[in-house]
Amino acid sequence: MMKVVFERPKSMFPVPTHYCPGCGHGIVHRLLAEVIDEFGIRERVVGVAPVGCAVLIYNYINCDMYEAAHGRAPAIATGCKRVHPDLILFTYQGDGDLASIGTAEIIHAANRGENITVLFLNNAVYGMTGGQMAPTTILGQRTTTSPLGRSPKREGYPIRIAEMLATLEGATYIARVAVHNPRAIIAAKKALKKAFEVQINGLGFSLVEFLSPCPTGWGMSSTEAPKWVEEKMIPSFPLGEFKVPKSEKSVK
Amino acid sequence: MGEKVLITGNEAIGEAAIRAGCRFFFGYPITPQNKIPEYLSYRLPQVGGCFIQAESEIAAIYMVFGAAGAGARVLTSSSGPGISLKQEGISYISAAELPCVIVNVMRAGPGLGGILPSQSDYFQATKGGGHGDYHLLVLAPSTVQETVNLVMDAFDLADKYRNPVIVLADGYIGQMMEPVEFKGRPPKELSAKDWTVTGAKNRPRNLIKSLYLDPEELEQHNLKLHRKYLEMAKNDVRVETYLTDDAEIIIAAYGTVARIAKTAIKILREKGIKVGMVRPITVFPFPYETFTEISEKVDDILVVEMSLGQMIEDVKLGVCGRANVHFYGRVGGMVPTYDEIVREIEKIKRSQV
Repeated sequence: MMKVVFERPKSMFPVPTHYCPGCGHGIVHRLLAEVIDEFGIRERVVGVAPVGCAVLIYNYINCDMYEAAHGRAPAIATGCKRVHPDLILFTYQGDGDLASIGTAEIIHAANRGENITVLFLNNAVYGMTGGQMAPTTILGQRTTTSPLGRSPKREGYPIRIAEMLATLEGATYIARVAVHNPRAIIAAKKALKKAFEVQINGLGFSLVEFLSPCPTGWGMSSTEAPKWVEEKMIPSFPLGEFKVPKSEKSVK
Repeated sequence: MGEKVLITGNEAIGEAAIRAGCRFFFGYPITPQNKIPEYLSYRLPQVGGCFIQAESEIAAIYMVFGAAGAGARVLTSSSGPGISLKQEGISYISAAELPCVIVNVMRAGPGLGGILPSQSDYFQATKGGGHGDYHLLVLAPSTVQETVNLVMDAFDLADKYRNPVIVLADGYIGQMMEPVEFKGRPPKELSAKDWTVTGAKNRPRNLIKSLYLDPEELEQHNLKLHRKYLEMAKNDVRVETYLTDDAEIIIAAYGTVARIAKTAIKILREKGIKVGMVRPITVFPFPYETFTEISEKVDDILVVEMSLGQMIEDVKLGVCGRANVHFYGRVGGMVPTYDEIVREIEKIKRSQV
């Protein structure tokens, strides 16, 4: 008998994705599906899709889902979770969605300690609409709406969501990871698993921020983009756990 | 039979929702409807429900989206400026065909306006309000008892059509106390909610969405919604006609203004002027046919509103030029008195001779 050493997660539909070559969404989707499979919770999971490139996540992840308006996913997840506390709720949101138009919703969902898990994909740019400046665009980064490069005097500073949310008493687990190389991806999966574990154990709000390449939005090749994550993004957005359940020590 | 209790309109709305099986409320404070969230913040936990004071009107309407999508009967309430903020979510809820009940205790606008009663949100409620081609079913009560009955009906209608229903009250109805009976009623036969997101156990997964990138598909979706609105117009128009049989002049009014008009009609009939009233209870779907019929019998219709003329546009569509349509309105939180209505009718009467 042959031994299975690699297979598609059962929580993923067997279809190709619409994402550009080198995009991080596909990786994060797969990690999500693997974690759902490993906990055996697919039939209890409800997801909330964002507006942006990942709106079509429901074409790839096989679980009950909502499609939210831009930024509103945490409020929708709140409504569902309050009706069915036994369901496992996740939202999947980009940086424009979560860190700009949906800032109020994410802060207050975290502050209420909503027992939900947020996957926050930070690629420093509005991907779907064509590469405009995001709240997380780093200083000096050129986008279609910051053509001279982001300047603090003109456009202000990139916003560090993980650090900000970690100050809230209602947040239980907050981590920032990256998906630009295999070692980082393994660490990212560990963090995501921890985040779901927090929810499954009823401990409260959990969020994992994924630094993710967007070669198309950045005007780079799919081999240059991961290097840019390592050299430019990580210095602006340090990786690590910013908040962990009280019984644990954080790993920075 | 239940006994009568003296209760404010706002509290009665909260209690009626609970009696209709609603266990979830998400809202944000705004005058003049604050007694609704205050009441439900202690009543809902008593019946095993959940109350959240949301961080914003926007968040509140999306919590409604989430709870409705999860299959619950759910309520939110607000007043003009707050309803404006909710419009994005109301459009998404309408597109995703989620049942929920929204109460607007109208105050005077535009902008921050004032906190006194008004009917200035008629267009917003009946013509869509947010982006896209959609409608809400809109119920307009004129007494606290009718508010109770309509709030209960609103949940059934929302489920029947998988569409948001607005109860369009005003500051008077919200804040005045009247004796009310919470009548027990047999639950309506409704189809099972097999479309909700509750975890894909032993079934294909469910998806609640409003994105249709293929224009042909989106056109079909729009047409499906439109057929629903036609069904509402066919089956669920509600209208009260009052002393219309022998009337020479008709008053058209809804909500609080209709109560004032009834007093004016009594005075006018004592003076020998035969006046009747058509009071739309659903303002969407609008009782166009009633106005079409009445316009065959009378020459003059006076529309009275706490606005500068919003419902009058629907009245004119029903009348279609067959009668003169006059208007009297007070705004800004000013309420038309029965004396003013009597004077307006007498003016019309004089012009008839």
